Amino acid sequence: MEILKVEGVNKSFGGLKALNEVNLSVEQGNVHAIIGPNGAGKSTLLNCFVGRLTPDTGTVTFMGKNLIGIKPHEINQAGVSRVFQTPEIFGDLSILDNVVIPALASSDGSFTFNAWRGVRKRAEIQEKAESILEDIGLAEKKDVLAASLSRGDKRRLELAMCLVQDPKLVLLDEPTAGMSRADTNNTIDLLKRIGERGITKIVIEHDMHVVFSLANKVSVLAQGTVIVEGKPEDIKGDPRVQEAYLGGAHI
Amino acid sequence: MLGLNKKDTTLLIIVVIMTMFAPFILNPFPETSQLAQFNAGYPDLMQRFVIFGIFAIGFNILFGLTGYLSFGHAAFLGVGSYAGVWMMKLLTMNVIPAILMSMIVAGLFSILVGYISLRRSGIYFSILTLAFAQMSFSLAYSVLTPITNGETGLQLALDDPRILGVSQVAGSIPPASLFGLAMRDSYEMTLGGWAFTFNVGYYLCAVVMIVAFYIAIRIFRSPFGLMLKAVKSNQQRLNYTGVNSKPYTFAAFVISGMYAGLAGGLMVAMDPLAGAERMQWTASGEVVLMTILGGAGTLFGPVLGAGFIKYFENIFSKINDTILHQWFAALPDGIEDTLVFLIHPFIGKGWHLTLGIVFMLVVIFLPGGIMEGIRRIVDLFKRRSPKDEVSGGAVPSAKAAE
Repeated sequence: MEILKVEGVNKSFGGLKALNEVNLSVEQGNVHAIIGPNGAGKSTLLNCFVGRLTPDTGTVTFMGKNLIGIKPHEINQAGVSRVFQTPEIFGDLSILDNVVIPALASSDGSFTFNAWRGVRKRAEIQEKAESILEDIGLAEKKDVLAASLSRGDKRRLELAMCLVQDPKLVLLDEPTAGMSRADTNNTIDLLKRIGERGITKIVIEHDMHVVFSLANKVSVLAQGTVIVEGKPEDIKGDPRVQEAYLGGAHI
Repeated sequence: MLGLNKKDTTLLIIVVIMTMFAPFILNPFPETSQLAQFNAGYPDLMQRFVIFGIFAIGFNILFGLTGYLSFGHAAFLGVGSYAGVWMMKLLTMNVIPAILMSMIVAGLFSILVGYISLRRSGIYFSILTLAFAQMSFSLAYSVLTPITNGETGLQLALDDPRILGVSQVAGSIPPASLFGLAMRDSYEMTLGGWAFTFNVGYYLCAVVMIVAFYIAIRIFRSPFGLMLKAVKSNQQRLNYTGVNSKPYTFAAFVISGMYAGLAGGLMVAMDPLAGAERMQWTASGEVVLMTILGGAGTLFGPVLGAGFIKYFENIFSKINDTILHQWFAALPDGIEDTLVFLIHPFIGKGWHLTLGIVFMLVVIFLPGGIMEGIRRIVDLFKRRSPKDEVSGGAVPSAKAAE
């Protein structure tokens, strides 16, 4: 089943055409990678999914719901969760609170005036948050300030913040950017484990190692257009991809 | 207890004890001693401590939690004061309707100001709130004179209707009261050389402050409070987390506006008059100072900050050169005169200078305010116990930040 459908999306910044008639279809349960050289329009495309940018023309529909022109919090409430390129967390709150906030957002909606009953007394929220932290390996540090975490841990925390919401679609913007080999492999393992939950994922990635160990479908973006789409093993050998990426050199 | 965890219950009990025994705590020096001028246990000042404490607690819900720095909160206090005096003019000298109306009117006014000002954040938000407050201040002096009585200030008169009470008692205005208990009534107690005053008005304010403080604790610990902290930490991230941050900041703004109105209503209950100077930007700045000095975002800090500033304002400003000469009388004349000359700028009318220096020192060395100072002292003692040595202070704990 199709979970996200992108049709004829165009986006220009001044004279620069960042996206040119992009069509994309993401199947439920897939890990769909979007790859492409720098400046191909990957992040622009992602920003069009989460309400940060509005395409000039075209439609983005998520499970039959239009995503264009609605606010970021509404998109999240619809079930689309995003992990940022540079970890975006609540630095001066504890790790536990960082996970409790998204959990509250999905249980109480985008606004509830719940100013009386203590947040620690919401057993179902606390348990959910703590079990996710357990899963992701941050349970021991739950009372530590999030800002004091290492970059790799911040990313893991962000994943936890995303997963605690039981999203239907997760958007990962370069989840391993700037990580060491070991951290990258840990993240891949983590993402694979998450995969077992059956959550659909869109991954934007430079690192081919990550793409080929995670994705079961790949779209190659170059100069704002999808040039090739297919299974990872087909993409690997496609001459158009090599042309776009390295001007013909082998990946 | 009362739905609070152990730490918060302890804090609440401390506040209850401090406010209930304030007439003793603030009067540590015997009547006749040289130091009696440092006593702060007289009704007028004690009332101010708790009223400004309430003002600062409310301001902290907005500024301390969301980080939105309002520079116009005195406007809500002023509007609340006017509403309170009008209730006493029209309805009754009972303070309850006055206080309630102060909160309602201040709340309505903060809905208007908040709705417009919260369209922007950061410095632009501060400027918008400042503009609103200055506008109210000017209007109170000019166009709205029929309501505010302009420069004279709004006062009670003998021919006020007071439809639920009486216009006058034996040719004078009846006192503000709570079901017959006059606010200005006091009970004096003398113990040896000490004199203590227990004032009805002060105890009303103190009870209201305890309730206001308790509500603030509940807000701080609630999901709503957590969202407000998240606004301060990373508002954009919060929006991508599925939370609409706007109604949260708006609700916080209105709540803190109502706290300011409550403070204004209590001021009127203690002393039934209202003037426009209560809305001036310096008054708005004062509550910002109180909150930062005590520790923005902490529960108890703003109350301490309010007490600190009001103490300075009332006690330091009383010290004059004559008193200094008395203190240093034992020293040789030349040294005495030099010392008095050196200290002179910092006392009496110069108390602002001392306060300014203290404020700068706190902001530079204790960015978390007085509360951070207290925490550092507590940590110093804790570190000595071997048990904590292992976990150490190396990892900053979020618990300490609360």
